[in-house]
Amino acid sequence: MTDPVVKITASPHVRSVDSTVKIMWSVVLSLAPVMAASVWFFGPSALLVILASVAGCLATERLFGSHPGSLADGSAMITGLLLGLTLPPGFPLWMAFLGGAFGMAFGKIIYGGLGQNIFNPALVGRAFLQAAFPVAITTWPAKTQQWWSLQGDNFALPFMSPGVDTATSATPLGNLKFGDDPVITPLADLFFGTTGGSLGETSAVLILLGGLYLAWRGHLNWHIPLSIFVSTFVVSGLFYAVGISQFPPLFMLFSGGMMLGAFYMATDMVTSPVSNRGCWLFGFGIGFLVVVIRIWGGLPEGVMYAILLMNALVPFINRATQPRLFGTSGKKKKKEAGQ
Amino acid sequence: MKGLLSFKHGVHPPENKDLTAGIASRRFPFPDEIILPLSQHIGTPAKALVEAGDRVERGDVIAEATGFISSSVHATAAGTVKSVELWPHPGGDMVPSIRVAVDPDSSQMQRPRMVPHWQDVRDEELSKEIGRAGIVGLGGAAFPSHVKLNPPKDQPIDLLLVNGCECEPYLTSDHRTMLERPEKVYLGIRIALKALGITRAVIGIEANKPDAIEVMRKTVPDDLDVRVQPLQVKYPQGAEKMLIKAVMGREVPSGALPSAIGALVQNVATAANVAAVFETGQPLIERIITVSGRGIRKPGNWVIPFGTKLRDVIQQCGGLTDDAAEIVFGGPMMGQGQGNLDVPVLKATGGILVLSRDECKRQDILPCIRCGKCLEACPVFLNPQLMGELAKAERFEELETEANLRDCMLCGCCSYVCPSNIPLSQLFAMSRIQLKRLASND
Repeated sequence: MTDPVVKITASPHVRSVDSTVKIMWSVVLSLAPVMAASVWFFGPSALLVILASVAGCLATERLFGSHPGSLADGSAMITGLLLGLTLPPGFPLWMAFLGGAFGMAFGKIIYGGLGQNIFNPALVGRAFLQAAFPVAITTWPAKTQQWWSLQGDNFALPFMSPGVDTATSATPLGNLKFGDDPVITPLADLFFGTTGGSLGETSAVLILLGGLYLAWRGHLNWHIPLSIFVSTFVVSGLFYAVGISQFPPLFMLFSGGMMLGAFYMATDMVTSPVSNRGCWLFGFGIGFLVVVIRIWGGLPEGVMYAILLMNALVPFINRATQPRLFGTSGKKKKKEAGQ
Repeated sequence: MKGLLSFKHGVHPPENKDLTAGIASRRFPFPDEIILPLSQHIGTPAKALVEAGDRVERGDVIAEATGFISSSVHATAAGTVKSVELWPHPGGDMVPSIRVAVDPDSSQMQRPRMVPHWQDVRDEELSKEIGRAGIVGLGGAAFPSHVKLNPPKDQPIDLLLVNGCECEPYLTSDHRTMLERPEKVYLGIRIALKALGITRAVIGIEANKPDAIEVMRKTVPDDLDVRVQPLQVKYPQGAEKMLIKAVMGREVPSGALPSAIGALVQNVATAANVAAVFETGQPLIERIITVSGRGIRKPGNWVIPFGTKLRDVIQQCGGLTDDAAEIVFGGPMMGQGQGNLDVPVLKATGGILVLSRDECKRQDILPCIRCGKCLEACPVFLNPQLMGELAKAERFEELETEANLRDCMLCGCCSYVCPSNIPLSQLFAMSRIQLKRLASND
């Protein structure tokens, strides 16, 4: 018998079937219904905006990413999709592309690529767009046109003022906060998405289903969305009860970017805490900040800044929530004498 | 499986035990040559008592224990000593080993050995007799049993835990031991109880072996205070600390031995071999070994004499399949990869696995995405994510002082779950070696 060609490796010799690449692509898959719904509600404009943002992310990752194969891990794709879903349907495509490129470059690649970044890259892109194009990003076209016609001015040329004078409408949050005649949008409309808003903001039920699918597959830490919802509900409920806030707690949960943020942005593994205890703290912080920003902030929506602020605290949360070592009462055993 | 006793965290690798669980153990034919390393246990290597040309009978002591933690070695087949020389060891090094040319004409009858009846031996003399027979823990660590049965005087034992978990995938040798030799396991338990001067024992068995649980329950001797405890199927349920946590609900303090909380763990195969010492005088010269994996043509359970070469085992089991990719001594989670077919089977070898390409497939290593799965897997609540970063940055001292590297059992759960395929437990094993080197340079 001749010696076989065998590999000689360290234990363990078997591995679980989960892989980072699989996790990433299953996140992409779970977003498909949300994207389909956005096209259903907003027409081809929705698809164009998402594609532009994805193109910005993929191009930037391909050009400046750590290695030519880094596109295959799916993370750039996720950033592009998520950013696209935070934008309004009539958003100029060149801005969406630029936002994707900025988010990738300054939200991820300059930190060293996958796994190294502090802030959620999609939200970095969105924060950049909000600062750079405050009008375009808060222009919500009224849904009066034919399904197939474009919403707003998708094909605006860079740095030109909009060529089309779009009829606009308000989002449920904007309406309640800044409207002349504030109304509380019915929950059913929020839940099924028949309201104005960004592409992925409007269909709570599909985001919920996608999130539950990921949690069931173990590709999403359910502690994070749950703690965000609990804290948002409790904190806003308190303020609502004492009459400080005009937002009913359930409205808080189902409006704006809450669902997309809680299930898809805050749960970004790279930018959330590693331990479950840490994830609870992280989620509570986000929920609290969302409520505070929505009630007292200068913006109608607060999910983005709430998550970015808590992202910044993740290294601190990780340090503060080290696991308790087996056979001890704390994270470190007492230093043995004489060592 | 919910509701059964267990520990927190851990992983669920595919069990793959059905390859061999139903195959009764058979005697392995004696090979032409056996190789008996002087170091088959934790502790000081044994000292050879024979030299080239000496005739040895099966069961003769051919190397004696030296020092407090050591174990003697017995001839596992009759024949003539060829030499005492350095030979490849499954652990990876060259180790002084006794080569014996097996006598093809010998009946391989074990040399009669006078052992007193166990009931006539004073309690504290029992462990000496067990030591003379070269018994070591057969669960994998190969710690000399006579040392374990003599716990520190200030830490009295009050419960014997008998380990029938066999939580490593593929392995079924403990399972077969319980099915085929329950009376031997119980005699071993009696002897261990007498040696410890206690009366109570619990046998922990994972719930994936209902037949073993039933056999052990049916054969409990009326006069013994023994409970058979089914446990949740989860790796590493068979690790000492995890078994103790599951059965007693208590954590062994970090850095301490199980005796610190009055527990002592012994493997079922160890118990069966202790029984053999007093029944027939047979020292530890062979055991049931599972040969399995989809890379070997005829998987099975064999009673293999120690010192049999890997090459002979593979040949007897039908040879390798075309897609055989990796050979492992032990289980797939903690076993050691083998690169040399001349390595011998040791006392601690509970299984020999030949994994096919599909079974041990690995993907590329990607950056850590801080998913936290390793923290949820670690049975001793370490932070493998942080430890991995420290190890990669070669911050070895912080690994020990800040991240508790010493408490790591190298069970492999973190590597198993890592979606980025980062070889965490390998990094930790290597860091320990580095720390040892740093310490010896001081």
